[in-house]
Amino acid sequence: MTQLASPPRTARREFRNINAFTDLTTYRLPPAGIVSILHRISGFLMFALLPFIIWMFDTSISSEISFSKFKAAFNSGLGFFPGWFFKLVALALIWAYLHHFIAGLRHLWMDVSHAAVSREFGHTSAIVTLALSILLTLALGAKLFGFY
Amino acid sequence: MAVNYGSRRTVVGAHYGLRDWLSQRITGGLMALFTLVLLAQVLFARGDIGYDKWAGIFSSQWMKVLTFSVIASLLYHVWVGMRDIWMDYVQPVGIRLALQIFTIVWLVGCAGWAIQVLWRV
Repeated sequence: MTQLASPPRTARREFRNINAFTDLTTYRLPPAGIVSILHRISGFLMFALLPFIIWMFDTSISSEISFSKFKAAFNSGLGFFPGWFFKLVALALIWAYLHHFIAGLRHLWMDVSHAAVSREFGHTSAIVTLALSILLTLALGAKLFGFY
Repeated sequence: MAVNYGSRRTVVGAHYGLRDWLSQRITGGLMALFTLVLLAQVLFARGDIGYDKWAGIFSSQWMKVLTFSVIASLLYHVWVGMRDIWMDYVQPVGIRLALQIFTIVWLVGCAGWAIQVLWRV
């Protein structure tokens, strides 16, 4: 029988029927909880922007002409949207992908290792997930916006 | 189990148990593998990546097969994930069913588009 590696230390107040306006603002969400809800939000974001992702795949790969159109969209804009807008949306997708990817690996690691299913590992791995995804997003964002 | 027939029939519900959990891991793992394979080809390409090199990555048959299975994995992975979201936040059965139908149309449409693009290269 599998048991929790670290049992709860103290009895805590129970929250039920959480109100979005009065409870969520005062609810202390631990890092693992932040990773969890961001996993969901990043997944939804990629679902909503799926046509944009496939549009990028389409225009970048279909022909030499469409490839230059793809580059032009990011450099000088396309139609109604300026170039920085494309870069910003792409950056949001980069963050969503990185977060979803790393949080997913964290899940897989917890599935195969009993040692990983502990309060301590859940805490530290959540912080690593958040930090790594944000740092990599910043590094790739700087490249995307031409800072180096 | 509670009554699940007549007017109490569950129209939209979870597939409890191992199936969704396992498929989510396998499809996710395949997509992670694809990410590394694609990243390696981009990083180890010599010189600037222009159209030729970018399209060249997807021109080989093994890469087409891998990308195709990744598109199929994505379709199923996103379906399981989105259905979880609708089941958690949308309670009325009619709206939930409508959103699930929208999700299926959205995903199958996107997958068809992506597959068409893949074999254009």
